[in-house]
Amino acid sequence: MKKSVFFGALATAAMAAGVAGASTLDEVKARGTLNCGVTTGVPGFAEPDANGVWQGFDVAVCRAVAAAVLSDPNAVEFVPTTGKTRFTALASGEIDMLARNTTWTFSRDVDLKFEFTGVNYYDGQGFMAPADLGVTSAKELDGATVCIQTGTTTELNLADFFRSNGISYEPVPIETGAEAVQQYNAGACDVYTTDASALAAQRANFEDPTAHVIMPEIISKEPLGPLVRHGDNEWADIVRWTLNALITAEELGVTSANLDELAAGSDNPEINRLLGTEGDLGGMLGLDSDWAERAIGVAGNYGEVFEKNIGESTPIGLARGLNAQWTEGGLLYSPPFR
Amino acid sequence: MSDTHAQTVAFVRETEIPPSPPPAMEAGAVKWVRENLFSGWFNTIMTLVALYIIIRIVIGVFPWFFNGVWDAGSIRECRDILQGTTGACFAVLVDRWDHLLFGFNYPQDAYWRPTLAFVLLIVAAMPALFYMYIPSKFLIGTALYPFLAYWLLWGGSLWVPIAVLAAIILTGVVFRLVEGMTVSTRTVVAGIVGLAAGVGLAYLLYLGAQELWFISTSVGQAGLFGTIMSLVFKLCSVFTYVFFIPMGIFVGYAIYQSASDGGLVTVVTSLIAISVMMLYGVGPVSSVLNGIIPIELEAVESRQMGGFMLCMMLGAVCVSLSIPLGIVLALGRQSDMPLIKGVCVVFIEFVRGVPLITLLFVANVMLAYFFPPGSGLDLFLRVVIMITMFSAAYIAEVIRGGLAALPKGQYEAADSLGLNYTQATRLIILPQALKISIPGIVNVAVGLFKDTTLVSVISMFDIVGMIRGPIQQSTDWISIYWEPYLFAATCFFIVCYSISQYSQWLERQLQTDHH
Repeated sequence: MKKSVFFGALATAAMAAGVAGASTLDEVKARGTLNCGVTTGVPGFAEPDANGVWQGFDVAVCRAVAAAVLSDPNAVEFVPTTGKTRFTALASGEIDMLARNTTWTFSRDVDLKFEFTGVNYYDGQGFMAPADLGVTSAKELDGATVCIQTGTTTELNLADFFRSNGISYEPVPIETGAEAVQQYNAGACDVYTTDASALAAQRANFEDPTAHVIMPEIISKEPLGPLVRHGDNEWADIVRWTLNALITAEELGVTSANLDELAAGSDNPEINRLLGTEGDLGGMLGLDSDWAERAIGVAGNYGEVFEKNIGESTPIGLARGLNAQWTEGGLLYSPPFR
Repeated sequence: MSDTHAQTVAFVRETEIPPSPPPAMEAGAVKWVRENLFSGWFNTIMTLVALYIIIRIVIGVFPWFFNGVWDAGSIRECRDILQGTTGACFAVLVDRWDHLLFGFNYPQDAYWRPTLAFVLLIVAAMPALFYMYIPSKFLIGTALYPFLAYWLLWGGSLWVPIAVLAAIILTGVVFRLVEGMTVSTRTVVAGIVGLAAGVGLAYLLYLGAQELWFISTSVGQAGLFGTIMSLVFKLCSVFTYVFFIPMGIFVGYAIYQSASDGGLVTVVTSLIAISVMMLYGVGPVSSVLNGIIPIELEAVESRQMGGFMLCMMLGAVCVSLSIPLGIVLALGRQSDMPLIKGVCVVFIEFVRGVPLITLLFVANVMLAYFFPPGSGLDLFLRVVIMITMFSAAYIAEVIRGGLAALPKGQYEAADSLGLNYTQATRLIILPQALKISIPGIVNVAVGLFKDTTLVSVISMFDIVGMIRGPIQQSTDWISIYWEPYLFAATCFFIVCYSISQYSQWLERQLQTDHH
């Protein structure tokens, strides 16, 4: 009791070393729940349903990690964060990982001292405008008023795009996506810009989707992925390889339907290593050998999670596009399990 | 002479003619309309314009309400039902009713608990709000309500709030005991308490000095700001090192000296008693009692609270805490003692100079750095502290206005009656000052209640946070806008309008001037 808790913690914070004390894996196991930061709501990616249960594409990553580490996909404490509070929540140790539509950028990775553990959705910023505006390219938007969410990378991309094309615009700053759509539909701005996935999702729910066009230009790279704090590489490895396990499972044809059958053993050695019937990949992570089987067992492989939450059969209606496997012309390319 | 007219006049009326009704144009609704709406060409034009606008609004809005869809699973189903006609989609309120009221995380089988707490809140507030009609013994129920409400809302063991209540009662007993002692007994108590408090304070200051030095070395000396910060912390540390023993001796001696009039020693003894009981007594006692007779409800964490319930909780707690705190601050600001006056002035001016949203960010984000994960104060408590501080500073200024409005003669009259400061303040100054301050206090209270929606920016799901986040951003109700906000506005209007009506009624009740 030499140092009071308060001052001790103050000093720790002042040292700017974060709170990477004991290993996150041990903390999570001792606590029995995974604290996972999510959004306060993005359709299809993270949203509580009518019963208050979190659903969505990002939420599935949290559940997969919880299943791998704690053997229980429901042992997750979802901590909703806003665009402004998400990084402090992670840095202060309030959450163990952040799975919240967060763009992997240099400064966030290096300067804010986070570790991005992969990409679960390749996005890019696009523009949407009413069809009767007669605009076919974003480069014709000189002098347009643009609805834009504040505090996001899209704001900076927009400034870069217009500056490099030598055209002017007038921003209409807006806090949330729902307000942006409302403003856009009310005619407060000519153009609405945000990630193309969100544009497509919002347009699909307009009363008349055909009255709005999405410009062909994608003006930025927005690789969205889960992230953890610097300084605990073992924990980062667990999150990274859980995500990779979901992606690899799709590549190898492991689905929630045939998982049990393949987990008993198969002819494909990589499937066997993935599902723990050969080798000891789980032990290297500090987990047991069935970790990946449990992670895939929550909601299936990456493709199944995609189809269930944001795929073309859902109201969000996103095509796989860049997020197809590399074997099918997309960018998903998980390092091998060996 | 007397019968002169008897022959000339055929009929003499012996009763008064009944008053004929006023002309139709000068009575009832017609008169009102003529006088108020069509009293001149300007008013006539304005009336017609206003009527036109009102009719247009009603025509525009009525179908929206009338065609409203109450039964649908998503905004797309609503559109299918409406088939392109104008109409609201009130189905979102039906579908997410529980979420709007209680937040999406509150256990569904426990909805009766906040509902009961709300009903009891109204019952418990009655004796305080209508004290002139309800016997004052019912105030005991009001005093017990916070403990019961805490148990209902957060759950856990009933013995925890009971133990806290017992600790508070025991502290009151200690206070009375020390106050009622003879001077010689109290001198002994004052000696012991003074020694303990002096040594304790000196030890705490010594630890603080060590920590300040440690921080000064760790803030880093990169850049001018770092150097200055480091120097400031070093100075504070040295200052504390120099003064920790004299401060301990001074405070201990002051407590010992106060034995004869008993003011300081009574307060310090009570403070020590309640802190010791809270830190070491409440936990073990309640767990032992719960082991013997378990009375438990399912525990609910603060993070799981939301919806309008959260607004009501924050509003009720913060208003009831900030009024007494505001009174203390206002009296402190008027005090003749420079230290107390200085502290109050600095506090009030600092808090009034900072936006509430900044304080909320500090409560949510910065304090998370200061406390190690998991051991920090509850988020709800942090927010309550910040909002209470904020509104207490404003209420203090309102009450200061009331105090300043009292004629100097009232203070002098209290003095000349031989009342001491406490008696004069309680019996003469405050009743008058508070009566003057009622509109201002209610103004702050209503503002505070509406400000509780600001917690949505720190990702707490009050009713506005629920709408902006989980409802508008769900696949089912994507981009629904007017209906949920209209609902939230209605909820707030009901509460705020009731508060305002109550305060006007109270002002009429307290009116003492004669006209």
